[in-house]
Amino acid sequence: MATIVFVDSFKGHIKKSAFESLTYAKKAQPGQEIIALVAGDVPQEELEALGQYGASKVWHAHGPAYQDFDSEIQGKTLAKAAEKANANLVVLPFDHTGKSIAPIVAVAMNAGLVSGATSLPDTSNGFTVKVNVFSGKALAEVEVLTESKVITVNPNSIPVEKEEGAAQVETFDPGLNISPRVRVKAVHKNTDEIPLPEAERVVSAGRGLKGPENWGIVEDLAKTLDAATACSRPVSDIGWRPHHEHVGQTGITIRPNLYIAAGISGAIQHLAGVNGSKTIVVINTDPEAPFFKAADYGVVGDAFEVLPKLNEAVRKFKEASA
Amino acid sequence: MNILVCISKVPDTTTKIRFLSDASGLDTNGVTWIVNPSDEWYALVRALELKEAAGSGKVTIITVGGAEDDPIIRKALAVGADEAVRIDAPAHDAAFVAKQIAAWVKENPVDFILTGKETIDYNGSVMGGMLAAHLDVPYVALVEKLEKSGNTTHMHRDIGGGTEEVEVEGMFVASATKGLAEQRIPNMRGIMAARTKPIHVTPPVDAQPGVKFKNYSLPPEKGACKMIDPDNMDELVRLLNQEAKVL
Repeated sequence: MATIVFVDSFKGHIKKSAFESLTYAKKAQPGQEIIALVAGDVPQEELEALGQYGASKVWHAHGPAYQDFDSEIQGKTLAKAAEKANANLVVLPFDHTGKSIAPIVAVAMNAGLVSGATSLPDTSNGFTVKVNVFSGKALAEVEVLTESKVITVNPNSIPVEKEEGAAQVETFDPGLNISPRVRVKAVHKNTDEIPLPEAERVVSAGRGLKGPENWGIVEDLAKTLDAATACSRPVSDIGWRPHHEHVGQTGITIRPNLYIAAGISGAIQHLAGVNGSKTIVVINTDPEAPFFKAADYGVVGDAFEVLPKLNEAVRKFKEASA
Repeated sequence: MNILVCISKVPDTTTKIRFLSDASGLDTNGVTWIVNPSDEWYALVRALELKEAAGSGKVTIITVGGAEDDPIIRKALAVGADEAVRIDAPAHDAAFVAKQIAAWVKENPVDFILTGKETIDYNGSVMGGMLAAHLDVPYVALVEKLEKSGNTTHMHRDIGGGTEEVEVEGMFVASATKGLAEQRIPNMRGIMAARTKPIHVTPPVDAQPGVKFKNYSLPPEKGACKMIDPDNMDELVRLLNQEAKVL
């Protein structure tokens, strides 16, 4: 019996989500062997370093079939690994990759799937895991009814734990007799940008910014904070910002440590997407903006003045603490 | 072109969520139900656009639920779907729903299947992938662009931090995200036509759910918001560092 953790890479490097998934696996079933399945070309030292997060073995599936992100190949590879390891638990990140391949693995293993876990399993009475429901408006417990289990872990839910250790790395060939059915023609990667769902800090803005040409002050603050940028629904609907930046009930749900919102009034649909954030700062000219009720810190003021001042203050703070 | 669109019934986006006193489920008193936004706005509308561009074909919507789902089925028919299938069983979980829809598709072949990227109630983003796995066809998640040319489908998918252009031959399941299409508001003609469009009610197949949701609760209330002088951002940074410990 073992736990399999799916380790995702981006641009040839292991993603932070892998350390969260490994920490989750270690604490979910203490003492059980953890095998990290890595798909794609990743440097050997990064593979061995997975031992620091609890993996005793790394199964490395690589070669031309893993050059691109093909959810079918990756999902079937993961299912083969789970079968070989006789795994009763598979852990993945609740991100774009996990959402594509967890259902494939769950069907292959005939396993109950928990999507977006925000807690470790409680095994005192059955096997239950906490999740967000109603797009972050509420919480619930999910009881898994099957023997085998697949869990995708919500980003920023589990503090990563690291200790000494090196994993034993082996090449893993799942022996799949299939050729890719999804042909990847091109990949366009956003440059020097932190993927929003995984970002620990997010700076977001809404219609209060008055036009896309004014986003420089948002990007400047995000850069100083090592934050991702986000926006409200109206802003993405009118095309000021790309769709993938839209947070809220019909966009994406995020739970960063720090969410700074400027010029967003805080409609219920927007709050649903961000109220899992640890700390919320709201900047708005209207002291009656509903967002202040959901905020930890509020600034009544013009984003055009407040954002540059905040940027300057953060810069000073970073210099002083460097 | 014979397209299947999977839809789900969800509470309206403005719903103030409340639960039953024993926390076993949503208090549906006063809840307005809608078609899940990404199912309707992106998956269904793109299916209609493709049918219109082809000049022929059929768009069928499918859902798993009881007769109480019929009003939202009529809504999707009013937007323009040709006919509907309702598998007459409670939608226990995504695994159960995927098994039901897969069983129907095996009896009633379609060219391809679209659904929304996630429902706004359970947010699992898994039904489409499970359906594809049961049917053993490719699954393309988070599609923001989809074009057909003959048997080939060209898609752009969001991969988080980028976009991937992919091609698939033949049958597939795709989940639709923002950008794929624009919401359509049904007109009076559509609403009238929807009244007479068929809803085929089908009995479920034998299937087990994988998970059960329980002990619902609302997030803890935030304490009072601390107001900071807009001319004193150093104080905000100090609080973020020392009090909130996020810097």
